[in-house]
Amino acid sequence: MRLPLWRRNQDDDLRTELNSHFKMAVQERLDRGESLETAESAVRREFGNDLLVREVTRQQWGWIWFDQFLQDLRYGARTLLKAPGFTLVALATLALGIGVNTALFSVVNAVLLSPLPYPHPEQLVTLHMSKPNFETGAIPFPNFRDWQRQNQTFSAMALSRANSTTLIGLGETEYIRINFVTSDFFSILGVQPLKGRNFLQGEDELGGPALVQISEGLWKRKFGASEDTVGKTLNLGGSVYTIVGIIPASFDLQLGSFSPTDVYLPLGQWGNNALKSRRAALGLHGIGRIKPGLTIEQARADMDVVSQNLAAAFPDTNTGMKANLIPIKQSMTGRVQPVLLLLLGAVGFVLLIACLNVASLLLARSQKRSREFAIRAALGAGRMRMIRQLLTESVLLSIAGGAIGVLIAAIITRAAVGVLPQTMPRLHNIRLDSHVLLFSLLISLAAGIAFGLAPAWKTSRPELQSKLQTSDRRTSAERHSLQNSLVVVEIATALVLLVGAGLMLRTLTRLWSVDPGFETRNMMLFGVSLSPSLANAPPATIRASLRELHDAIQATPGVDAVSLRDGSSPMGDEDDIYFWLANQPRPLSDSAMNWTLRYLVQPGYLKATKIPLLRGRFFSEQDTEKSPPVVVVDDVFASTYFPREEALGKRIRWGPEPREEAEIVGIVGHVKQWGLDSDDTNSLRAQLYQAFDQQADDQIGPNNRLILRASGPPLQLLPTLKRTVQQLNAENAMFDATTMEQVKSGTLQTRQISMVLLASFAGLALLLAAVGIYGVIAYLVGRRTQEFGIRMALGAQRAQVLFMVMAEGARIAAFGVTLGVVLALALTRLMTKMLFGIKPTDPSTFAAVSVLLAMIALVACYLPARRAMEVDPMVALRYE
Amino acid sequence: MRHRYQNRIELLQGTLDLLVLQTLQWGPQHGYGISQSIRINSGDVLDVETGSLYPALHRLERWRLIKSEWKTSANKQRVKQYQLTAAGKKKLLGERSRWDALTAAIAGVLKPQE
Repeated sequence: MRLPLWRRNQDDDLRTELNSHFKMAVQERLDRGESLETAESAVRREFGNDLLVREVTRQQWGWIWFDQFLQDLRYGARTLLKAPGFTLVALATLALGIGVNTALFSVVNAVLLSPLPYPHPEQLVTLHMSKPNFETGAIPFPNFRDWQRQNQTFSAMALSRANSTTLIGLGETEYIRINFVTSDFFSILGVQPLKGRNFLQGEDELGGPALVQISEGLWKRKFGASEDTVGKTLNLGGSVYTIVGIIPASFDLQLGSFSPTDVYLPLGQWGNNALKSRRAALGLHGIGRIKPGLTIEQARADMDVVSQNLAAAFPDTNTGMKANLIPIKQSMTGRVQPVLLLLLGAVGFVLLIACLNVASLLLARSQKRSREFAIRAALGAGRMRMIRQLLTESVLLSIAGGAIGVLIAAIITRAAVGVLPQTMPRLHNIRLDSHVLLFSLLISLAAGIAFGLAPAWKTSRPELQSKLQTSDRRTSAERHSLQNSLVVVEIATALVLLVGAGLMLRTLTRLWSVDPGFETRNMMLFGVSLSPSLANAPPATIRASLRELHDAIQATPGVDAVSLRDGSSPMGDEDDIYFWLANQPRPLSDSAMNWTLRYLVQPGYLKATKIPLLRGRFFSEQDTEKSPPVVVVDDVFASTYFPREEALGKRIRWGPEPREEAEIVGIVGHVKQWGLDSDDTNSLRAQLYQAFDQQADDQIGPNNRLILRASGPPLQLLPTLKRTVQQLNAENAMFDATTMEQVKSGTLQTRQISMVLLASFAGLALLLAAVGIYGVIAYLVGRRTQEFGIRMALGAQRAQVLFMVMAEGARIAAFGVTLGVVLALALTRLMTKMLFGIKPTDPSTFAAVSVLLAMIALVACYLPARRAMEVDPMVALRYE
Repeated sequence: MRHRYQNRIELLQGTLDLLVLQTLQWGPQHGYGISQSIRINSGDVLDVETGSLYPALHRLERWRLIKSEWKTSANKQRVKQYQLTAAGKKKLLGERSRWDALTAAIAGVLKPQE
């Protein structure tokens, strides 16, 4: 027996030791005067069998199990290599099963399990203002300052708000995204600037110093990573800011309300006077760090008290308003968690099927090997020893399969990072790290034991007599039934996956056919920022430039209609306001007011979106900043706030200023603002349209968004549009062009990806299950060839034989489908939230999937059944 | 053949271990020396076979009752010397009193009743 390297030394030592013993014994006899020859032969006689002495001594080393393991391993590898067909199929099956599991686990690991890259992430929360019917609202700035001052449980809190501006100088003028932040934002996250410093206390106030932090990326791109960048200035939208710090590129926080940008300004630099209002939430969301040692419950209790005090102090704005604290990880991943867990469950099923398949292959093979094991048992091998040997073989198989699986997973994950939506949290964290590899190793081991145990148990069963006596062509029906039940479970599991995929498919078809309330085809959204020279121009000049822009685009060939827009955008941005009926007194608190989505649009909007006008009129060119304010509402608004009367002609008010009151002049159709799926269930559905041109002067700015209907595929218009925009002013910049179709599919993206993945997993499961049932029937036919021969020799028709075999397959399939339907009924409930318009027990999906699966099972049976039919009775009888 | 040795080990186990430990009480010794002193001290009655001795030595070493060291002998031979560990000494004391109790008991049984 060859020993492993480290054991050979020990063995050499033993030889030396025995050798010295031998020599000393010989020497002693020589000293007594014996001749060398007599001495040696006497000692050799005393000594006994040298090999055997070594063997029994070695056994004391406690390595026997290991030696046997190596022996099993070698034997297993040889056996597997001798059956390349079996080994290949088993390896491929396992590699696929383990591969998809590893890939999905690497996503789950990156997104859900691995700790956030911030110090003490368990202390971090996101902060929101919970309003009646809206849990995660934005926080008015004065309230935030009160939170900061009055809380006892936070070491710090900060706000952020995304915005955009133009970067001037340093090359071509660029439209860039920025974030306004309050002073503690980066220190809460433990982000240390590469150079310079974070903003200090007080620098985030309105009227504070004009400072800026830039990203490492911008520092390299625009300043060539020069050492003296801190202290230099940056021109943003015409104002000059001093650079105080550089944020490292490793900072990659993705929250619902925050993505990293190239430029960070202190919040006060927004210069928005609404920051002073307790009414204006302005899209400000917060993060906070709870003091060490305190729990989130303590922080919540503390903030409840603060909120109550504020409600008492400012009843008209703060009644019903509460601070809402969410653990930061939940904020980041709460949305994708159920989807990922659902998919992880699905791939778990795929692995289960793979294991069942290999188990049934092993069972079929164990038939051939039962004599081998019977002989071993007869020669004195213990049963546990044989089970151990068989398990070593199956674990060897699964580990090899797992290794190939990890390679497959590496390919899948690399592809996945490219395909998955970039807004998915922690996407770039996905990789095959040690946790993932450990996971693959564990599932490989578990799989090896799982699929190996039953066959090993059966194979090693010591029915010596019967096995040695009979030829191996006739044995118990029991083995058979075990194999059949494996396939039954396989079919059942495949059915569960197929039902899941089917339900998602039907959900998506339903969603695609939902009428969004406007026509998405040929619609385009884009932004134009006017030349920076207009940044500080009087409002009248900006209004004139915007009108010019509108008219130029409207006149571009291929453009059917265009509208400047602000506020909400269908299935996109959300903007809402409170209002009350003009003939009633202003409600005491905001929470008692009416609430509506708000869209700021121009007359062309109706034609651009093809939203139907139900009654009254839409805006016209005559509705300007000088004419009386008018608004248009949707039918949901009308039926919500004027349930028993005509809304047309009624007046509403949303502020104390004279121009903050308007007449409702038209009623249009409802738009599915919240996406095709969730709009019906959202609490905020009323929609109000204000005329873009009737906005107050301070709302008019150089960065604007437009919506456009083209006569053909809209993106083809882009070059023409860009020319048009820049002919007006070479410094005008276009940005963020996208089609409404893209926006629409974006709202379905999570579902779509889950459907595609579920469908692929189900397809894989279906394939494996088909192979499984094929294998069992083929095996059965092979073993009964002789019987078929006899039957036919006795006059059975070929069709009868075919029918017999098919009936066996149909029986298995029927059991599998029935069990699968029961399982699926229990399990699909878990995906209720992902479905739309159908129940998780949708009968037609269940029926269709059952029929599909049964058909495939029958096809898989048909191939071997035909072989049974073609048995030549003479050959079959002679076979034995 | 194999079975013969295995049976012998089982038969002598404990007893042989005791003898080995007892022998090493007088200082470090190699395998051959141990077998010789057992033979001589027993007046040539007990002849320990190598097939029993070495498994016993390796077993005792694995249990850390004895430890070994390679030495070079006078005639430049590499020999492995064994010596008692602290645990081995304790074990020896315990085994000896058990042995004394056992032999006394057996002697008592064998002594003809008065």
